[in-house]
Amino acid sequence: MLSADLGIILPEIVLAVYAMLALLGAVYTVKDGAASLLVWVTSGLFLALAVWIGLNGAGTNIAFNGMFVDDGFARFAKVVILVSAAAVLLMSEAYMTRRGLLRFEYPLLIALAVVGMMMMVSAGDLMALYMGLELQSLALYVVASLRRDSLKSTEAGLKYFVLGALSSGLLLYGASLVYGYSGTTLFSGIIQTAVHGDLSLGLLFGLVFLISGLAFKVSAVPFHMWTPDVYEGSPTPVTAFFATAPKVAAMALFARVMHDAFGAAVSDWSQVIALLSVLSMFLGAIAAIGQTDIKRLMAFSSIAHMGYALMGLAAGTAFGVQAMLIYMAIYVTMNVGTFAFILSMHRDGQPVSNIGSLNMYSKREPGKALAMLVLLFSLAGVPPLVGFFGKLYVLRAAYEAGLAWLAIAGVIASVIGAFYYLRIVFYMYFGEERDDALDSSRSPILWGMLMASAVIMVVGVVNLFGIEGAAAAAAATLVN
Amino acid sequence: MDNLLSIVTFLPALAAVILLVFLRGDDEAANRNAKWLALIATSATFLISLFILFQFDPQNTRFQMVEQGEWLLGLQYKMGVDGISVLFVMLTTFMMPLVIAASWDVNTRVKEYMIAFLLLETLMLGVFMALDLVLFYLFFEAGLIPMFLIIGIWGGKNRIYASFKFFLYTFLGSVLMLVAMVAMFSDAGTTDIEQLLVHQFGSESFSLLGIQIVGGMQTLLFLAFFASFAVKMPMWPVHTWLPDAHVQAPTAGSVVLAAILLKMGGYGFLRFSLPMFPVGSDVLAPLVLWMSAIAIVYTSLVALVQEDMKKLIAYSSVAHMGYVTMGIFAANQQGIDGAIFQMISHGFISGALFLCVGVIYDRMHTREIDAYGGLVNRMPAYALIFMLFTMANVGLPGTSGFVGEFLTLMGIFQVNTWIAAVATSGVILSAAYALWLYRRVVMGDLIKESLKTITDMSRRERAIFAPLVVATILFGVYPAPILDTIGPSVEALVSNYQVAVAEADLATQVAHSE
Repeated sequence: MLSADLGIILPEIVLAVYAMLALLGAVYTVKDGAASLLVWVTSGLFLALAVWIGLNGAGTNIAFNGMFVDDGFARFAKVVILVSAAAVLLMSEAYMTRRGLLRFEYPLLIALAVVGMMMMVSAGDLMALYMGLELQSLALYVVASLRRDSLKSTEAGLKYFVLGALSSGLLLYGASLVYGYSGTTLFSGIIQTAVHGDLSLGLLFGLVFLISGLAFKVSAVPFHMWTPDVYEGSPTPVTAFFATAPKVAAMALFARVMHDAFGAAVSDWSQVIALLSVLSMFLGAIAAIGQTDIKRLMAFSSIAHMGYALMGLAAGTAFGVQAMLIYMAIYVTMNVGTFAFILSMHRDGQPVSNIGSLNMYSKREPGKALAMLVLLFSLAGVPPLVGFFGKLYVLRAAYEAGLAWLAIAGVIASVIGAFYYLRIVFYMYFGEERDDALDSSRSPILWGMLMASAVIMVVGVVNLFGIEGAAAAAAATLVN
Repeated sequence: MDNLLSIVTFLPALAAVILLVFLRGDDEAANRNAKWLALIATSATFLISLFILFQFDPQNTRFQMVEQGEWLLGLQYKMGVDGISVLFVMLTTFMMPLVIAASWDVNTRVKEYMIAFLLLETLMLGVFMALDLVLFYLFFEAGLIPMFLIIGIWGGKNRIYASFKFFLYTFLGSVLMLVAMVAMFSDAGTTDIEQLLVHQFGSESFSLLGIQIVGGMQTLLFLAFFASFAVKMPMWPVHTWLPDAHVQAPTAGSVVLAAILLKMGGYGFLRFSLPMFPVGSDVLAPLVLWMSAIAIVYTSLVALVQEDMKKLIAYSSVAHMGYVTMGIFAANQQGIDGAIFQMISHGFISGALFLCVGVIYDRMHTREIDAYGGLVNRMPAYALIFMLFTMANVGLPGTSGFVGEFLTLMGIFQVNTWIAAVATSGVILSAAYALWLYRRVVMGDLIKESLKTITDMSRRERAIFAPLVVATILFGVYPAPILDTIGPSVEALVSNYQVAVAEADLATQVAHSE
């Protein structure tokens, strides 16, 4: 029995053991000497695990009496998490080495965070959920304050920690209420209590607190306050990481809890999530307009994008989950490319994040400017780029679930949001020549990631690389 | 050739990709290569598109040369043309080589410029051929990107404001259409335009938030599509982006905008609004008709006081598009025939007028009307061509402008005499502003020092105008080729529309009598 259980969570065990062993080994090396190597090995391991999980898994396997669920949904989310984490890790190497930021702990903390995320998306129990979430969060609190000598970075880490602790408190309080009123922490048990009729008042309270805690992790309004500061203060590679894998994990966990534990009471949580969604879309779109720092802008952009992904979740249907998964996969791809671009912005060896410094970027680096242009239009959701299809899926999911008002609100927010993406295009293409131009970056990895991401945005229009079918299969295992 | 339509559509895009990947450097030779490649690609597209015209059978009112393939989400890649769309395809392929030739003097970022126009051609052709709702939306919206860049990069002084206004205005209009498309997808279970044309959308009135919606779902869908097409058209009062965009865009951008992009709105009305939501159209037609009538008179009056030539022509475009919407929503054979004819002929005429402005702008670098006067003394050929297109713009019999205006007015007269009367006054006003413009720019003595050395049109410029002159006069005296091509399809459209409206009326009466 135990061996079967262990077999199911083997990928997680491999990654966790690797992280701990590497930690042990790296302590004995010369100061951070092995850091570069560790980055490469960790990314390689991520990719290998992604291939393993993607190709090998079949059916739904339950381990540890339902605490851990390995189904198509979890596998889809894990592959997206692992691939995006590997991509971001590779991008950070050159950037961090040049600035003396690369410590051997960095790739290992990321690896531990990824273990946490994999636990989250496979959680079948409130305890497992909390363990995964905390493992992820604790690792992320540390990497946020990786630059110990920078006021902003430590501030970001501390802010993230304090507010994260608060949200964990909310989540735990909700979990205890749910446990108190259902008598079990297993999702499969909780759903039984709601089968006949509505949720009891206590469960409903627990549900709302759970949603609050999860909304904090996906940075949905009104639990978004930490996002801009943490994005701005953290070193850029860390910001890139925050914007990608943890968002997917948190969103998948959100869907997991809602459907596995409360799938019998869709109407109870659907309206709450619809509200979170509409607030996120509008706040993300409007607040980003005034930003001059591209990292801050991307923070608001991610808030808005989470709003759209939540729109799919709010539908409460299998198609809604499928739309959400596709949206997240597309979102992550766009963000990897965008952050590859942001990472390459520097002048005199210092990273620059001011949008104004992009003035007439297209004159000096036409290729990169064009790739960024494609990504920006894709982020804005303008067809024929892939970002548009993400929006199309969630709009359809929302409309078919009777949330036409949410769909209309979403498209209006997307028009407001288009403005700030266009503003970056405006700086890159329409601006005037200035002296304080950015230095050109010669990092092949960043260049490759940017170009690959942009090409995917254009070519994906043909068939979205088949993720539609994979996401549909994944969603079908979660919602039935 | 089984996939003729795809070849025509994607040939310019292929040329754009070749330019993007293979052309290096921005010296004289590279620029020349970019221009020649663009010209060859657009000309080849035009020549190949002639095959579409030859293969097209006007008597067949169904979609022809259909290509179909699976796509994601149950959508399809489906292309085809019918009597309504085929001429817009031809208009596009006909205008693009002229547009490229007209931008021969561009010398900043030539490669990007040509790529933008080539991509734009692909997207515009796609709009007119797409037979899948989402595919249509894809092409329709994607056109915003190159146009945004064309205005923003190669535009005039105030280009930033104009490009943002252009993009956000049209984007806001079309996202509502996107929601409506999603709704249609859910309702009909398909995005195939051919099937949607026979699908009947609900037309029972219901109340939403306490407001009684006559025509039900059809009215709501109509309004969502209307939001998009009215902005694109553009109709009063959402036309304000157009003068800004026209004035700031480079000459070639203005020509494309006026000659082709504006036609997408009218095409959309004919492809979607009228046949798919007949009851909704019927309910809201009076509103649209009055808006058109106001547009004709109001924008003509506004055109009268403009000091910038491009702005004047832009307002005149809005007025002419007013005739188009009026003809479409008169919903009879003459009205719709006239509307399509007017769109085609406006493509030639307004394109030519913007080129005329471009000719003197290239020489003097100003569009102020006051900066000119007496050009006839030094530019006789220019004066003659400008005269022809001014007259065509006024709607002088013998030019193609007359046929369209006359047919639409005839169509609307059968529906509502008052609107016809108001709209006809626009003909007089258009004569006023166009002739006055001509007098101020071309006639009189050449007294301004700066104009003393101005030269007449070069051979290249004359060559660009020649096809437009021929088309304007040919279709003015002999409009049959166009009317014969569109006639049967329009007839089918009108009869389907009238049957659907009559059925809905009957249903309402039955419901009342019970």
